[in-house]
Amino acid sequence: MSETRAATRPRTATAPATLSRGRLAAWLGCTTAVLLTSVVVAVAIGPAGLTPSDVGHVVATRLGLGDWLGLATPDRLDDGIVWQLRLPRVLTAAAVGAGLAVCGVVMQSLTRNPLADPYLLGLSSGASLGAACVLVLGWLAVLPVAAFVGAAAALAATLALASAAGRGAGGLSPARTVLAGLAVSQLAAAATSFVIFWSATGDQYREILAWLLGSVAGADWVSVAVAGGALLLLGTLLASTGSVLDAFTFGDTSAAALGVPVARVRWLLLLGVALLTGALVSQSGAIGFVGLILPHTVRFLVGSRHRALLPLSMLCGATFLVWADTLARTVFAPRELPVGIVTAAIGAPVFALLLWKGRARA
Amino acid sequence: MTQTFDARTAGLAPTSSGGHGPAGWDGPVGAAGLAAERVRWSVGGRLILDDVDVTAPPGAVTGLLGPNGTGKSTLLRLVAGVERPDGGRVALIGSPDDGGSPGGAAASQAAADGEDPAGPGDRTAATDTAQGEDLLAMPRRRRARTLAFVEQDAVTELPVTVLDAVLLGRTPHRSLLAGPTEDDHELARAALDRVGAEDLAAREIGTLSGGERQRVHMARALAQQPRVLLLDEPTNHLDVAAQLATMRLVRDLAGDGVTVLAALHDLSLAAATCDHAVVLAPGHAGHVVAAGPVAEVLVPEVIDPVYGVRTTVLRHPRTGRPVLTFDEV
Repeated sequence: MSETRAATRPRTATAPATLSRGRLAAWLGCTTAVLLTSVVVAVAIGPAGLTPSDVGHVVATRLGLGDWLGLATPDRLDDGIVWQLRLPRVLTAAAVGAGLAVCGVVMQSLTRNPLADPYLLGLSSGASLGAACVLVLGWLAVLPVAAFVGAAAALAATLALASAAGRGAGGLSPARTVLAGLAVSQLAAAATSFVIFWSATGDQYREILAWLLGSVAGADWVSVAVAGGALLLLGTLLASTGSVLDAFTFGDTSAAALGVPVARVRWLLLLGVALLTGALVSQSGAIGFVGLILPHTVRFLVGSRHRALLPLSMLCGATFLVWADTLARTVFAPRELPVGIVTAAIGAPVFALLLWKGRARA
Repeated sequence: MTQTFDARTAGLAPTSSGGHGPAGWDGPVGAAGLAAERVRWSVGGRLILDDVDVTAPPGAVTGLLGPNGTGKSTLLRLVAGVERPDGGRVALIGSPDDGGSPGGAAASQAAADGEDPAGPGDRTAATDTAQGEDLLAMPRRRRARTLAFVEQDAVTELPVTVLDAVLLGRTPHRSLLAGPTEDDHELARAALDRVGAEDLAAREIGTLSGGERQRVHMARALAQQPRVLLLDEPTNHLDVAAQLATMRLVRDLAGDGVTVLAALHDLSLAAATCDHAVVLAPGHAGHVVAAGPVAEVLVPEVIDPVYGVRTTVLRHPRTGRPVLTFDEV
């Protein structure tokens, strides 16, 4: 009897929350296409009145394809706007969005905490402290370095505190690490406020606030190299850990019983997240929302299997931040908003809608 | 091996003509029992388990019994490799008929790390684990292909489907970077069939009843194709019918040749379903006070001092198995 059942059961009867391989490929294809289109369109949008084909023209010429495609030399002004100003900014936004989203998925999964985000271990507060210090001192050139150092110091402080607190009591547990991160975070935030309160003058307030809210306004090709390089190196590594994160579905014990080296995996992934986040924060400031809610949004759409969730979150995060940044620089043009305001302003309602539509499932 | 089991093997592992196609869940090759020797564990300076010896004979259901706090769950976690014991070893032991002959063990050892187990024709030689090998010293992924652990109340807040949950059982059988293959899907469905939960495949695990969820977790364990199954309080929080169905399933799996070691709370349920019993008693640390066939272990002389009750053992009028009732001392 079971023989008949096995033979006649339709093989395609997969569950709603699971993406079959074909559908995953379709999703990946679509989101990639949307991202690429978004990049081109976003670069075109702005006061200079460029069209997407102007953008394509400049990029093709710059990539050395001009002769091969028989294109005329692009207008110098167009070239400057596209290649020097907007493309680095849009690409940095894409890299930061992708990286934060993938880090968010990993953190939420590792800590089994839906409120987890890439900044959970105090990274953003540390980076902000570093940034605020150099902004007050007027050393703008070393801002990214200071932010990265601040993030790294906060992470080190979190881990040191967590292991000191755990000595003789079961060691470095995830819960203790998260709480230690909270303590470090609060301390760094207090120090940042103190620095601003004590030393900031005039426009420095606005500069620091803008940085704290996150912005890719100053992005150049160095930012693209740092954020994009970190994303390629660490982001793709994190995005390939789908099966490992899936094994944590029922918690540490069941992951261990499935042969996953739980402790080693946890620390490697935490370290990967911390390094990637540190690199991103150094370029963009602590852009909120993307790493927290974007993973939930994608989970609503494609289910919680990490093999689909990780790459799709990456692509959607990139697209999302590209558009958020485009809005940030155009809505009140010529004034710019910090992109962190826009991410929250768009993202929170979208998420509320999904929460409401998915209430039967949740 | 039972009649049903053979029918399933024929249906799901259509490879009797050779080849290496996907095999269904076809039970372990030659039952292997489990012997934990002198297992010792302490946490924060407090000794929890003191030189515990537990044997689970091959293809039988062994109940791990004892009051709360005697370290039943801890022992299972140690045997499963979730925690590292301070001392002791855990080995597979052969069934009386294949006795772990030196030649067989050598062949098993040689084939132990092959990624793709040999075809069904020579599967008898290609078991994943050699008899007598220390499970605790074994690489964890190989251990997870030998031994599966169903913990108590494993839950998730994620909207995971039953099929996806069962597919997790295939994790130790493939590279951690790879996704589930078509064969994995087939085996996961076969495991769901085996526990009678094939209709639940598309359901979300959070919407299942306690008994259904327990079946799914067992299917996940079966998808690991283990020779030994560890169950921590499998009937916890289940209503009577679900308890009986779960223990019926446990018996069936033992009939397939899986060695089962189950921590149980309910002594009557243990008396009704287990072949063997090991009783842990509290003291300054958990230790074994009695072990052996159920009828010999579940007697007032053993239970009364351990649980602090007065036990009366009756005979079940239909099954003839012991039924236990308790009074206060």
